[in-house]
Amino acid sequence: MSSAAVGTPRRAAEGAAGLSGGRILALLLRQVYLYRRSLIRSLEIVYWPVMDLLVWGFLSLYVARLRGGGAQAIAFLLGGMILWDIFYRAQQAISVSFLEDIWTRNLVNVFVTPVSTAEFIAAMLLLGVMKVIVTGLLLSALALALYTFNLFQFGLPLIPFVLNLLLSAWGIGLITTAMILRFGQGAETLAWAIPFLFQPFSAVFYPVTVLPAFLRPAAWALPTTQAFEGMRAVLSGSAIPWTVAGWALAENVVLLGLSGVVFARVMYIARDRGLLLRLEG
Amino acid sequence: MHAIPGAAPPTRSGVSAFGAAEVAIGVEHLTKRFGTLVIVDDLSFHVRAGEIVGFLGPNGAGKTTTLAMLLGLLLPTSGRVEVLGLPMPAQRQRILARVNFTSPFVSLPGNLTVNENLTVFARLYGIRRARERIAELLDRFGLAALRGRSTGRLSSGEATRLGLVKALLNDPEVLFLDEPTASLDPDGAERVRERLREIRAERGTTIFYTSHNMQEVERLSDRILFLHKGRLIAEGSPADVLRRFARETLEEMFLDVARSGSAAS
Repeated sequence: MSSAAVGTPRRAAEGAAGLSGGRILALLLRQVYLYRRSLIRSLEIVYWPVMDLLVWGFLSLYVARLRGGGAQAIAFLLGGMILWDIFYRAQQAISVSFLEDIWTRNLVNVFVTPVSTAEFIAAMLLLGVMKVIVTGLLLSALALALYTFNLFQFGLPLIPFVLNLLLSAWGIGLITTAMILRFGQGAETLAWAIPFLFQPFSAVFYPVTVLPAFLRPAAWALPTTQAFEGMRAVLSGSAIPWTVAGWALAENVVLLGLSGVVFARVMYIARDRGLLLRLEG
Repeated sequence: MHAIPGAAPPTRSGVSAFGAAEVAIGVEHLTKRFGTLVIVDDLSFHVRAGEIVGFLGPNGAGKTTTLAMLLGLLLPTSGRVEVLGLPMPAQRQRILARVNFTSPFVSLPGNLTVNENLTVFARLYGIRRARERIAELLDRFGLAALRGRSTGRLSSGEATRLGLVKALLNDPEVLFLDEPTASLDPDGAERVRERLREIRAERGTTIFYTSHNMQEVERLSDRILFLHKGRLIAEGSPADVLRRFARETLEEMFLDVARSGSAAS
């Protein structure tokens, strides 16, 4: 071995105490490797800014069109925020509880018990219901106390739309979970990202009419859009728009059927390819 | 069928479709491929009820893959698996209610207490009088004082013993263990082996386990199955296998297989 080769680690040791550009670059390189290896992680860099731009851009368009309807706009915004959070928490209950089993390396323990896939799903769905009840009551009470916005006064008419949002959350939560199971922990950000893919097109904070005309048919195809439009109709004092509720339900039936098929198929792939074991890694 | 040394303890298993009574695990022509890679290659073996069988082989031999197929976590490419006379995976739920599994590489949620974790699993197995069962097992494995402790705060030895408590909750007829003493010091490992012998003697439990500790395998196993590149290369009691391959210890044989790919004497 040459003396130069022997001297290299010594020089590295001499510089160990201070700030090292090499070490900073090494840590940066680790992140670059991670981004290069994961398309999902890379997409995240553009995904959130684009979603924010879409939501806040459409909301700005809506606000600009309002003429003296400030109180109602605030009701729509707060109502939309509360119902969105209900939807989001219910979806999270499913995908994040699955992730928790992965993070704690408990998934194999669960799947070597006599638990069936249907039982596993049912437990996640019920957790979603529990979270919806807690989140819905908490946010409604806080909105009443802080902004004198009383969601409870709309009471029963809102229930068909809240229930539809719960069904949508179940469907999207199952699809998200299936994708995490299929693509592994690298896809875990999908648990948070996928619901926000629906947000700009679900007319959460503004009516569908704010969206460009070419996007509206796609928006109406989402059960979440129907639910938020229904919410706005109720909050504006109209009778329950049963047609909208009916469309939301029909679209949810399709979504849940699709998510069930996707989950069952991915579970089969997981058992065929040993994905359950790899997730425990 | 292989002769098993010593008197067989009373067993609780039924008659297998493999034709032999009291077969706890039956594997016939089992193969698992991932693409062109053959991980388990036409593997056949039987484990009789009440036997303690060590499943050995170097890393990548196909042990974990086989274990996963026995537990219904992985679908075979071809071949047949039967546990307690029932086909896996067709009767997955019925089988899994009567067997259990633990591994130091699989954990229980660290943010739950020992008691909370065991209560959840007792319910998953539908155990009656779960509280008494949990208390009895915690006491037996010296974990009674840790009942209220967060599982994440247990030492690796305590966590391994907790895994065994979890695996015994449903009084399994077949216990699958993946390197059950891997994270234990020699004293802890010996205590675990004692408990396993006791459980087999008392309940006639079939124990099928993987290990890289060859001394342990020699001491604990009635029979060993030696796997290499997905194929069974040796089968029998540890003494029989050593005699057949003209080796002094299983460790010697293991090293020969791992380095040269052959145990031929």
